[in-house]
Amino acid sequence: MVDPHRPRDTGRPRDLLRFATAGSVDDGKSTLVGRLLYDTKSVLADQIEAVQRASVDKGLSTPDLSLLVDGLRAEREQGITIDVAYRYFGTPTREFVLADTPGHVQYTRNTVTGASTAELAVLLVDARHGVVSQTRRHAAVLALLRVPRLVLAINKIDLVDYDEGAITAIAKDFGELARSLGFADSDVQTIPVSALVGDNVAQRGAHTPWYEGPTLLEHLESVPVEGPDAGAPFRLPVQYVIRPRTEQLHDYRGYAGQVASGTVRAGDEVVVLPDGIRTTVAEVRTADGPLASAGAGLSVTVLLTDDIDVSRGAMIAAAGDPPPVSDEIDATLCWLAEKPLVPGARLLLKHGTRTTQVIVGALGSLLDPETVRFVDTPEQLAINDIARVSLRTADPLPVDAYARVRTTGGFLLIDPPTGNTLAAGLVGDPLALAPATG
Amino acid sequence: MTPGVTLDALDALESEAIHVFREVAGEFDRPVILFSGGKDSTLLVHLAVKAFAPAPVPFPLLHVDTGHNYPEVIAFRDALVERLGLRLEVAKVEDYLADGRLVERADGIRNPLQTQPLLDAITDNRFDAVFGGGRRDEERARAKERIMSLRDAFGRWDPRKQRPELWNLYNGRHAPGEHVRVFPISNWTELDVWRYIQRERIELPDIYFAHQRQVFARDGMWLAEGPWGGPRGSETLESRTVRYRTVGDGSCTGAVESSATTLDEVIAEVTASRLTERGATRADDRMSEAAMEDRKKEGYF
Repeated sequence: MVDPHRPRDTGRPRDLLRFATAGSVDDGKSTLVGRLLYDTKSVLADQIEAVQRASVDKGLSTPDLSLLVDGLRAEREQGITIDVAYRYFGTPTREFVLADTPGHVQYTRNTVTGASTAELAVLLVDARHGVVSQTRRHAAVLALLRVPRLVLAINKIDLVDYDEGAITAIAKDFGELARSLGFADSDVQTIPVSALVGDNVAQRGAHTPWYEGPTLLEHLESVPVEGPDAGAPFRLPVQYVIRPRTEQLHDYRGYAGQVASGTVRAGDEVVVLPDGIRTTVAEVRTADGPLASAGAGLSVTVLLTDDIDVSRGAMIAAAGDPPPVSDEIDATLCWLAEKPLVPGARLLLKHGTRTTQVIVGALGSLLDPETVRFVDTPEQLAINDIARVSLRTADPLPVDAYARVRTTGGFLLIDPPTGNTLAAGLVGDPLALAPATG
Repeated sequence: MTPGVTLDALDALESEAIHVFREVAGEFDRPVILFSGGKDSTLLVHLAVKAFAPAPVPFPLLHVDTGHNYPEVIAFRDALVERLGLRLEVAKVEDYLADGRLVERADGIRNPLQTQPLLDAITDNRFDAVFGGGRRDEERARAKERIMSLRDAFGRWDPRKQRPELWNLYNGRHAPGEHVRVFPISNWTELDVWRYIQRERIELPDIYFAHQRQVFARDGMWLAEGPWGGPRGSETLESRTVRYRTVGDGSCTGAVESSATTLDEVIAEVTASRLTERGATRADDRMSEAAMEDRKKEGYF
C-alpha cells in the first residue's frame, strides 16, 4: 500500500492576500471579478457551461462573465448584487480572498464589511464617467476603515477608444481625492482596464501601448500582504483558557488567542488588561510545539510566568506600549441598521473578546460623503450614516485608536433584544488621523 | 515569526479556523461538530484538536446518517471517535423512514431527507452552535454565507437578514430556540483542503483514493451498487478504478474515474480538474440552478 502522505517538494510557500472590490452600479464590477476568475482559470468547466447556458437563455451572443458571481436567485432575477460575496483564486505565488462588495442600497454596510479585513481595495470607475459621487463615498469609507492600499481600476476603456488623455484626467482626479483622504501616492495604483475584453486584467492589453504600469493581477501578486498591524505593538485578546487538568499537566494554564498586532516571544514583558497586572511570557506555542515568536494573524497559546487570574475578555499587551484603558470612548460609527440610533440608547459593545453594555452619549458631527467633511450634528443616525459619537461602557476596555491598530481599535454595537449587529465602531477619528500626503 | 515575514496561506487559514473554534467555545453553551466522515468534517475535527491542545476538544460530534453509507467511512468514523475520546451523536434518517415521519423519495436520494433529523437533533440536544465544513468556494449560494450564520427556530437561513461580519469580531448572539451555524473553513478552497491534509498528514477514509469498485453509470456519474438501488433498467455494473471527491449519501454521490492513489496525485488531479466537486459528483445539487440555495433556506447544512 502506498503511503498517501508521501511528501513532495511543494516549492516556495504561497501567501494570502485579502482584498475587496467596490464600485457603483453598472461600472462592470461583476464582469471584472468574473474576468479575474476566468483568466486565472479559477472557473471550472461546469461553472462555465452553466454561464453559457444562462447567457444563451438571456439571448446574449457571448458568455456574460458577471453571471459567474451573481449568487442568489433574487440577484439573478433582478440583475443586481445584494450582499458581500467571497471569491477565491490563486496564482503560483499567492492565494486571494476577494470580498466582492455591491455598490448600491446598503453600500456602506457592504463596503465596511468588505474593507474591514482587506489589505487592499480595488475601486472601479467607468471610463466614460470618471470619478462620480459614489466613487467619493466608497473612497471615504475605504479611507475610514484604513484599508492600506487602493487600486483605481478605470474600466470600459474600450468604450472611450482607449483614449490616454481621458484616462489620465480620471487618474489625476482620483489622485487628488485619495490624497485628500490621507492615502500616500505610493499606496494608490491606477490601472486602465477593459473587463469585457480582458485588457490589463490578467493579460496586458494590446490597445494601451502607452500604459507602462502593471496589469491588475501583476499588481495584486506583488503588493505586500501585511497590514500596518504587523508593525504595531503586541496585542492578544484572550479567547479561551486552556486547562487540561490532567495529572501531567495539572497546573497548565494556556491563554489562547489570535495575535491582533505586533509580535510576541518568550521573555517579553506584558501587561494583562484591564487589570493592569504585569508579568512575563513564559512560552508561546501552538499545537505543533513552542514558537520562537508569533506575529499578527497567528492563533497561538501563551503561557505566563506568574499564576494570575486571566479569563476570556482580558487582553495581553506589550508592557512598554499598552493601550489606554477607559470606560469613555470617543469613536466614529458606521451605522449599518434600518433601526435609527438615538442618543441615550443602551446597547451591547463587542471589542476583542469582551462584550459589555454601553450607553450612547452625545452624537457628534456627521460625515458628508460628498465633500468628505464632518458637518452638523444629527439628531439621530440612519442607515449608512457615519458620525462621531461618545460612548460610556459598563466595563473599562483596553482600546487602541483605530488609526493605530485596526484589530483592537474596531468594535461592534449590538442590539440587545434582537442580537443584530447595528454598527461598526472605530475608536477615535481615523480620517482625521490619516497620515499627511506622501 | 518576525515582522516582515508573512504567514503562509495555509497557516493563515488554519489560524482563522482555530480563532473561530475558540470564539465558539468561549461564547456558546452547547456546540457540536457536524461529522460525516468526509474530508471536510475530518479536517474540522483536526482543527478543533489543534485549537484546544493539550486539552481535549470540548464538543461532541453529530452524524446525520442517511443509512446509505460506505462501510469504510463508518469504520473510519468510529475509529476516529475512539482515538480522540469524543462523544458521537447519530441522527438516523432510517428511524424517520421506519415510523413514517419521512417517506422515501421516488428517486431514492436521501440527502434532502437529512434536514429534519438534523433540526430535531439540534432541538433535542439544545445545541446552540453547529459547526459545519461548508466552504464558500463550493457553490454560488454559499459564497454569501457568513462564518457565523444565524438560523431561526425552523433552522432557516435568510440571506437578506444576514449580520454584517467585520474584522474578526463574530456576533453569535441568538435567542432561545435559535442556533448558529459556524463554518470555520469558509475561506478554504478544495485545493487548500487537500494541501493541508497532506501537510498535516490527516488520515482519510480509503474511498478518497483510487480503488477498484463495481459501479454503474447514471446521469454522467459512476454510482456504486448498494442498498439504495441500482443498477436498474439498462444500467449495468462494471469494474472501474475510481475514487470519491466527496462523501455523501450513496444514492447520489458519484465516484470519478481516477488513478490517484496518493495525496500528490489527488492534488495534481484536483488542480487539473475540469469540474467542481459538487457539480461532478452530487446529483442532489444538480437538480436545479438554485438547489443549494433552497436547501440552505430550509435548514440544510
